[in-house]
Amino acid sequence: MNKQRKAVALISGGLDSMLAARTIQEQGIHVEGINFFTGFCVEGHTHAIREKDKAKPKRNNSLWVAEQLGIKLHIVDVIEEYKNVLLNPKHGYGQHMNPCLDCKIFMVNKAKQWIAENDFDFIITGEVMGQRPMSQRKATMPIVAKESGADDLLLRPLCAKNLPATLPEREGWVDREKLHSITGRSRKPQITMAKEFGIDEYSQPAGGCCFLTDKYYSAKLVDLWKARDSREYELDDVMLLKVGRHIRPQAHYKMIIAREEGEGRFLHGYKKDYVSMTCVSHQGPLVLIDGTIAAEDLYLAASITARYGQGRDAEQVEVNIVYQDGAERTLHVKPMLEQDMPKAWFI
Amino acid sequence: MTREILNARRLLCPLPVIRTQDKVKQMQTGDQLEVICTDPGVMQDIPTWCRINGHTVLELLSGDHEYTVILEVGGA
Repeated sequence: MNKQRKAVALISGGLDSMLAARTIQEQGIHVEGINFFTGFCVEGHTHAIREKDKAKPKRNNSLWVAEQLGIKLHIVDVIEEYKNVLLNPKHGYGQHMNPCLDCKIFMVNKAKQWIAENDFDFIITGEVMGQRPMSQRKATMPIVAKESGADDLLLRPLCAKNLPATLPEREGWVDREKLHSITGRSRKPQITMAKEFGIDEYSQPAGGCCFLTDKYYSAKLVDLWKARDSREYELDDVMLLKVGRHIRPQAHYKMIIAREEGEGRFLHGYKKDYVSMTCVSHQGPLVLIDGTIAAEDLYLAASITARYGQGRDAEQVEVNIVYQDGAERTLHVKPMLEQDMPKAWFI
Repeated sequence: MTREILNARRLLCPLPVIRTQDKVKQMQTGDQLEVICTDPGVMQDIPTWCRINGHTVLELLSGDHEYTVILEVGGA
């Protein structure tokens, strides 16, 4: 009796990985999904935090895809290990702080470790040759296979016919003739294939769900590293970059200003770790100070805090300052005028 | 049968799902887990995770900016 072969599919939550997994399922292979959480896959976080969006939170697309495919999904926390990928990418960054090629190599390598530990036979991905400028090119696809250590255990069902036969094809576990030869950036072949499979709902996030491909997010990350003179980061840093208005009036501190109630509640959870400011004479947002703020800087920061509250047009606003040890101080300030805030302060 | 509580407050998805997944691995079939979160996304993500992994959601509770999922560990 033939052994039931098993494949693990890297499931991003997008259409391509969904189609790749379905293609292999159709050949009688047992497929399970794997999804890696780097800390930067923060697709639904803005929705989860903002008050107005809480009534319609975004689903986790990788879980949704797994359910549509009828497969198990293993979500793996790689936050700590991923730091080395982001900080020291052998193949460099893409347009922003996205180390896409190193990221793909890392994830395929992790999948290879997983199949060894779980007695699976091979790995599948939704990669399409020529689809992504960095990690999905003819020249880089062999690099992913080689440097991840997966070699010919890595099968890309959507473009397999454009690549040398892998072990699952050579061994007859899968029929190469039933695999695909998609190339390029057009989505038409995938949309046609989705229709053939009866898949009529899918997510197609541009650049995936990774915030490192986002220009503004990357700018905040680089600003953080520059200000700290260190590229070390923790998950909380990654999360806080997604929340609030970020203003750096001076090199040694940054203000994170809640834009609405949900963000204020989220920032409140970090209050004991940061110096914080709030208006007490008027309604106003919670503000966290990231960095080291000196006594002589307090008036400027408090006047900016006042500018974002209901007292922005008042002559004077009372601002309460709370330190990490619970000590408090109150300042009476004139709210800063919009025209007095240089654009360079806004990160 | 034992019942345990998992504090996943302040964590954003998929971390509450990951913490649930890791906790359930240490539990036995029939045990119950109460996951307390602040991310409303868990109200759909943890039930989805349960369905695809063979666990049963017993109760979903929400209130005061907290969301609780009570699940029973399946035998899958």
